[in-house]
Amino acid sequence: MFSYCVDPKTLEGIMWLSCYVTTAKHMSFYFSFLVVMGLLSLAAPLAMAFGFAGATASRSTFKIIRSLGKGYLAMIRGIPDIVFFLFIPIALDQAFEYLRHKVLCSDVTEPIRQGNDFVVCAAAKLPLNTASEWVHDIYGFSLALLAFGFVFGAFAGNVLSGAMAAVPKSQIETGEAYGFSQSQIFRRILIPQMWIYALPGLSNLWMILIKATPLLFLLGIEDIVYWAKELGGIKTGVYEYPHPDWRAWYFGVLMIFYLSLTYLSQSVLDKISARLSQGQATMAGKAG
Amino acid sequence: MSSCFQTLSDYGLRSIGYGERLLPKADITLCEQFVLIGSGMIWNIYFAILALLLGFFFATVLALGKNSKLPLFSSPCRLFIFIFRGSPLFIQFFFAYDLFVLLPRLGFNIDLGFLVVTVETRWLTKAWLGALIVLFFNTSAYAGEIFYGALRAVPSQDLESADAFGFTGIKKFRRIIWPTMLRLAWPSYTNEAIFMFHATTLVFFTGFPAWQQKGDAIYYASYFADKTFNPFVPYPIVGFYFILLTLLIIGLFGLINRRLNKHLPTNERKRLRFNKYNLIR
Repeated sequence: MFSYCVDPKTLEGIMWLSCYVTTAKHMSFYFSFLVVMGLLSLAAPLAMAFGFAGATASRSTFKIIRSLGKGYLAMIRGIPDIVFFLFIPIALDQAFEYLRHKVLCSDVTEPIRQGNDFVVCAAAKLPLNTASEWVHDIYGFSLALLAFGFVFGAFAGNVLSGAMAAVPKSQIETGEAYGFSQSQIFRRILIPQMWIYALPGLSNLWMILIKATPLLFLLGIEDIVYWAKELGGIKTGVYEYPHPDWRAWYFGVLMIFYLSLTYLSQSVLDKISARLSQGQATMAGKAG
Repeated sequence: MSSCFQTLSDYGLRSIGYGERLLPKADITLCEQFVLIGSGMIWNIYFAILALLLGFFFATVLALGKNSKLPLFSSPCRLFIFIFRGSPLFIQFFFAYDLFVLLPRLGFNIDLGFLVVTVETRWLTKAWLGALIVLFFNTSAYAGEIFYGALRAVPSQDLESADAFGFTGIKKFRRIIWPTMLRLAWPSYTNEAIFMFHATTLVFFTGFPAWQQKGDAIYYASYFADKTFNPFVPYPIVGFYFILLTLLIIGLFGLINRRLNKHLPTNERKRLRFNKYNLIR
């Protein structure tokens, strides 16, 4: 980074440190903080979409759709989220490859599952073996994102269905009395009124989502946890910047990062909640 | 079927070091997956029960501390709750493990009268103690916040009646405040207990090593998923075990909830309907 960093062995003190924290690997470490932010900003709307679909399905008049929706919302309470984080990316990957194999290589007769192997033809591989590194990265990240969307969608679905149930019955009956159709009632009365009830639950969910982001590490993504482990480990003399075991320091930095993120979020959310509760006939935004 | 009994005796207690040493490698059967993952559940239950039991008392202390008017008591409690609620458990595990590793290796002799136990700092780097401490602190912070909220919600009439009847100090707390606080907090605390059980699945994915492949349910599940390259069997098995466990917790906490609400007139008694809509985590 700096011109004097050519031979780090001769440096000392603050000069050494300034070179150390600007190595290429450290730049990847800093970039991974952006990956966390990217995941947060993409996973939140995706989870809302999943949650909205789940909550709507659980109110459906069709029994099959209703039980599917209810099952989706209930499942997250019984099964640890880590199970989904481990299961969904690999299951989706295999499902995609299986489908592509069936379509693209219909002439191959050998079974896909051979003992302990999952064999698809080269053309069905996702991403293709010839694809460049960044395609692999994006693919892995997208699978992880889907897993986050699915898990947090179920949490959000619980919040939203609770909020929908909290909208006073009389509001809906009034809509019916004025001759609104069911979908009109849903769009014009239920949805606009439910947000104030959903807000506290969604705020908590946002905090839970923030605290779930380091689980990206489990999905094989080079995230902040990966880099903290990588950079903090003991570096012997063969490395350019030898140092003892500094992992505690690196994870200390991650602790501070997350503490400031949650602290900041909490103060913003408190402001929003105070704002939205103004003039509402609720006990300052109390959810159902 | 008889071979499955054989598997049960080989691997039933594998996670705590009894039975067959080598894990199944080839031709993995459904039975082996069920038994070994079930064996791993021992660790999940061990971590969660101990952390919850110890955490329950510490959480009460934290809640009372946070509610204290003296900053000397309230600030440390606030800080503790903030640190453990504000950062991811996953990072807490890594951070704690790396701190514990740095500790000097010492041994202390503790004389229990009938035998002398050597307590070693080395134990902290093992999952059974190190991870348990992290989980204990974590659940204490979350439950502390839940109890604090409930403590603030204890009706003032209850306190006034207590004063009128001459209750003071410890007696007022034990007979009046504490039961009401628990009653109000119980639905949220049930949630916390469920998610504490779920959180135990993180232990062996962090720094804490699974010594001699003694791991928890999800450790074995991911082992099988790696070996068979088929996630569709082991992960649903873990899911199945955890659904059973969750139902068990809900049943148990429901019984306690009934006891906590026993004094209320029947029409005011509430069945345990935990708050699905506002998860405090």
